[in-house]
Amino acid sequence: MSIEKFQKLVSTVVPLPIENVDTDQIIPARFLKAVERKGFGDNLFRDWRYKKDGTPNADFVLNNARFSGQILVGGKNFGSGSSREHAAWAIYDAGFRVVVSSFFADIFKSNVLNCGLLPVQVSDQFLASIFETVEADPTAKFEVDLENQTITNIAAGVSVKFDINSYKKECLLNGYDDIDFLISLNDEIIAFEKA
Amino acid sequence: MEPKTLFDKIWDAHVVKQVKDGPDVLYIDRHFIHEVTSPVAFLGLKNRGMKVFRPQNTIATPDHNVPTLEQHLPIKEELSRVQVEALKQNCAANNVQMYGLDHKYHGIVHIIGPELGVTQPGMTIVCGDSHTSTHGAFGSIAFGIGTSEVEMVFASQCILQPKPKKMRISVDGLLGTDVTAKDIALYVISQISASGGTGYFVEFAGSAIRSLTMEGRMTLCNMSIECGARGGMIAPDETTFEYVNGREFAPKGEEWDRKLALWKLLKSDDNAVFDAEFHFQAADIEPMITYGTNPGMGIGVSGSIPTGKNLTGSDLITFNKSLEYMGLNPGDKIKGKKIDYVFIGSCTNGRIEDFRLFAEFVKGKQKAESVTAWIVPGSKQVEQQIREEGIVEVLEAAGFALRQPGCSACLAMNEDKIPEGKYAVSTSNRNFEGRQGPGARTMLASPLMVAAAAVTGFVSDPRDF
Repeated sequence: MSIEKFQKLVSTVVPLPIENVDTDQIIPARFLKAVERKGFGDNLFRDWRYKKDGTPNADFVLNNARFSGQILVGGKNFGSGSSREHAAWAIYDAGFRVVVSSFFADIFKSNVLNCGLLPVQVSDQFLASIFETVEADPTAKFEVDLENQTITNIAAGVSVKFDINSYKKECLLNGYDDIDFLISLNDEIIAFEKA
Repeated sequence: MEPKTLFDKIWDAHVVKQVKDGPDVLYIDRHFIHEVTSPVAFLGLKNRGMKVFRPQNTIATPDHNVPTLEQHLPIKEELSRVQVEALKQNCAANNVQMYGLDHKYHGIVHIIGPELGVTQPGMTIVCGDSHTSTHGAFGSIAFGIGTSEVEMVFASQCILQPKPKKMRISVDGLLGTDVTAKDIALYVISQISASGGTGYFVEFAGSAIRSLTMEGRMTLCNMSIECGARGGMIAPDETTFEYVNGREFAPKGEEWDRKLALWKLLKSDDNAVFDAEFHFQAADIEPMITYGTNPGMGIGVSGSIPTGKNLTGSDLITFNKSLEYMGLNPGDKIKGKKIDYVFIGSCTNGRIEDFRLFAEFVKGKQKAESVTAWIVPGSKQVEQQIREEGIVEVLEAAGFALRQPGCSACLAMNEDKIPEGKYAVSTSNRNFEGRQGPGARTMLASPLMVAAAAVTGFVSDPRDF
């Protein structure tokens, strides 16, 4: 088993300038009933994306043809609330590879890393500048470089660093899976239990 | 020796290995699972040709999806039924103990762990559910995990976890009339915000915390995730030991004496350093209620909804969006607001003490005709106690009917959904948009506040009665 490798990505971005986007908004609980990990992307932001009658809500960014790309940019405290990994799966399944915010909830951050999505935490100022750039020009491209830990607003020529745990960085660069690593520690775990 | 926090002591004793520049490999003592976040992990395990590594340390119960009426019948909703059935089959294939709907120990995962004595001081406890923080009330490190991490624990009884920072929140003094652990939780979150604890593990301390029963401590630790913290914990003391002693899976005889001696050492050293500290006075806390769409948007029942005048930029957009969803006006008094539904239950307030409080209040009164009430015990054992203590008669005389255990309207995965636009005063833990059903408007509060709203049909102050 492995996760999809991530090295470098150049893409337009999808802006969602709302704070405290909780995992109940990312995927409502009533869509957590699958027993396999597939199809969650269809229900990403379900109650914002679709009207009550099931037709698309034209006001929501995912239904706005101006915006597209593999980088989702959210307001601060993104991914709070429920531990449901389905929220990360839904974002991944909808075609995103990077989530940018100025602040991520803890469990959500672990979950996105474990499914091969890269969380990029930037300053409030840089986040605001992304929203301004993309509002002015939805075709503006950004580069996310994991090796160098940078996100770059290409047209503006502005590049900032982001943090990532070096173990998790290696995992994503190489597509390694935590579970394989833990299984490899079997003897040490058994020794710990006996101690 | 360098002074250590309670958190450090337990964490350090469970580190199997430190990964260079990476997370710790943390050994897990107890793993609770339920039907929603386990099937994909079981599937992953099966695809690796593996079985659960330590099934004896794994406990399962279906709670999120289950109906709260007629549980003896097959679950009507197909997807829920399939998920509950998958849990049953996965547990059977892996020798994991499951307390199913027909079992006398069935209930919400965070209710049954403590009441069975599975949850004990000094343990590391995880579950694919953010409210696993509940178990921290016993002086254990307990936190919610994602499904990939559930699979890690299945495969190795360990997870990879960076050590969080440590925060201490102290509440001192005597709690006022009708102020409960839920009010402490909502007050603290309103003060430090719904993200104020992100990156931290919280230890609750102070005389007001010490005075709480185990039920109250569980409510408080349960809500610690709502300020963004990974979990909350309280050092074990006589209250804790008395609660654990004699329970089904608690240590017995000499083993009890041995464990008790160890548990008595579980506290932060006097000079232990926390990365952040907050101090609050119990006297400043009144019965609380939320007006917005995150648990940090709470006020005292005598207070007014903030005006938002001092907010700018995205803070203002978020505030306005929230009040628009709630259909409430900035600056309005919260008391007297008409409500439609009440819900008492959930892993936050679904324990016997919560129903005692509720029943004591509604005794001799009548449910308001305009209010629909859902009274949902947290477990079969709580339901049994409600019946044995005569609470069910009090409830029925006041116009309330008891349902069967499950997560119910807390997250509305089953039929218990608050209709669009309706107001619910709820003892649950989240007031997010759509949490209790699409378009539902949730106001979080204590069992007493819920009782007062239930008999008046309005947001009411229990101290007025």
